[in-house]
Amino acid sequence: MTLAQKIEEKIFKVLMIIATYFILVVLAIIIYSIFKKGIKSLSWEILTQIPKGGYYYGKGGGILNAILGSLCLAFGATLLAFLIGLPVALYINVFLIRWKKVAAFIRFLLDLIWGIPSIVYGAFGFTMMIYLGLQTSLLAGIITVTLFILPIMIRSMDEILRTVPYGLMEASYSLGSNKSETAFKIFTRQTISGIITAILLSFGRAIGDAASVLFTAGYTDHLPNSLLEPVATLPLSIFFQLSSPVPAVQDRAYASALVLTLIILIVSLFSRGLGKRYHKTKINF
Amino acid sequence: MTDNKKIQISDLNVFAGKFQILKNINIELPENKITVILGPSGCGKTTLLKCMNRLTDLYPELRVTGDIRISGNNILAAKEDIYKLRQHMGLLSQRPYPLPMTIYNNIAYGLKLRGVKKRREIHKLVVHYLQQANLWEEVKHRLREPASRLSIGQQQRLCLARGLAVNPGIILADEPTSALDPISSQYIEQKFLELKNEYTIVLVTHVLRQARRIADYVVFMYLGEVIEQGDVHEVFENPKMEKTKLYLGGTFN
Ligand SMILES: Nc1ncnc2c1ncn2[C@@H]1O[C@H](COP(=O)(O)OP(=O)(O)OP(=O)(O)O)[C@@H](O)[C@H]1O
Ligand SMILES: [Mg+2]
Repeated sequence: MTLAQKIEEKIFKVLMIIATYFILVVLAIIIYSIFKKGIKSLSWEILTQIPKGGYYYGKGGGILNAILGSLCLAFGATLLAFLIGLPVALYINVFLIRWKKVAAFIRFLLDLIWGIPSIVYGAFGFTMMIYLGLQTSLLAGIITVTLFILPIMIRSMDEILRTVPYGLMEASYSLGSNKSETAFKIFTRQTISGIITAILLSFGRAIGDAASVLFTAGYTDHLPNSLLEPVATLPLSIFFQLSSPVPAVQDRAYASALVLTLIILIVSLFSRGLGKRYHKTKINF
Repeated sequence: MTDNKKIQISDLNVFAGKFQILKNINIELPENKITVILGPSGCGKTTLLKCMNRLTDLYPELRVTGDIRISGNNILAAKEDIYKLRQHMGLLSQRPYPLPMTIYNNIAYGLKLRGVKKRREIHKLVVHYLQQANLWEEVKHRLREPASRLSIGQQQRLCLARGLAVNPGIILADEPTSALDPISSQYIEQKFLELKNEYTIVLVTHVLRQARRIADYVVFMYLGEVIEQGDVHEVFENPKMEKTKLYLGGTFN
């Protein structure tokens, strides 16, 4: 290695280290501030009660409506997006293997859609609701959020399915499997941990987004009890609490943000564990 | 020679864009014999094997023309039934690709595709094929472990068992011993000699000594063409073509 190469390598190494630590520090600051501000307002009451009258002006109650609403909405949308997304991702990788240009075009489209801001989905969902004569409801929210997370779901599963080696595909076909057997029995098994990561990513996006549910899921102080009724969601709940002029309510907003963060944390730990369990049968190449 | 011809290939051409990988291949491979395909690296041996069970379908850049008849069926013309036709050909690749599931299910998977339904029957056959591949003793206590935990040599034997389990008439083996230790290789060779009573075996190898030990019939290829084919003794002891002589003499490989 020449001196120039050595210097170049040093510079890049330092840059990479700086970038990595920069991100870590920013993340730590965000989480720390949420924790610091949120933990003192976090109470049993806030987790287990719905807002009482005047909650947003400092009266008692909690955000159970938003916690449950967000969970219903995010689980519903993630499930729906998974049921639609997995077949699409498998289709691109197994059935379109001879049509690489079509596959590339679909990927390109999905990447484009991925970039559309969620407020546009919200507006689109709202227009559709008016067109169909639907109210703001859990169902409308689920459908809108499903559309919003579908590109992420499909493309992240797609990227992992692409890693399945040709040799494994050949092994599957040479045993007499057809395309759907190869897709659902071989591809999914080989990539299960990546598929779980894709689901998790989509769930995180689904539960964290405010703009797509603003016009579609609506907001209510009641617990979710029907697909056709509006539901509260954590991001909107945070927004309303932060907008309150009362400092104590603003602090509760941080407690709500902490709850949202914890939900995502728990779901990711859980899915990690699940992924690990199924990772064993993956063939490493 | 009066052998039955299990595989008849005529006027087979394979193109990748403008490049022609296989040029006008005309060969007939005898039933219940071991045919060895020899030739320097890049001459198209793997591609020829992949044509036989139409794995070339997976590569859109390849264009295949000609005729491949297996027991009379034209493989290249097959449409929907290609999935079932592939079951007549077990594939053993250069490096083993076990299925991403347990050792047991690696065998059971093919059995189920073949239509075996009863659990007891499946279990009996799993044991049988693992024994066939000389793997039973090593894995009988860990049938429910993922196949990925096996060593490469064990994985290759698992792939052999898995291939045999779909009850093929033909075994296509692409340098199946190149990643194996001498003992495992010797075992696979030995197994092929036993299996040829019931199977037609097509073996690609770079190891001339291995070819000489087990081949009945030899096809020598060079740059996408078949230069010479014939009985193993004829080709090894009395090669007709200059290129074959040079190759067998070790001038190039
Ligand atoms: N999908 C493909 N697209 C383009 N070219 C290909 C493709 N597959 C194979 N080839 C080319 O065809 C030629 C023959 O390849 P093949 O793998 O059949 O050789 P081989 O005889 O098996 O070699 P080896 O002994 O090294 O395994 C090579 O030049 C290779 O680059
Ligand atoms: Mg090869």
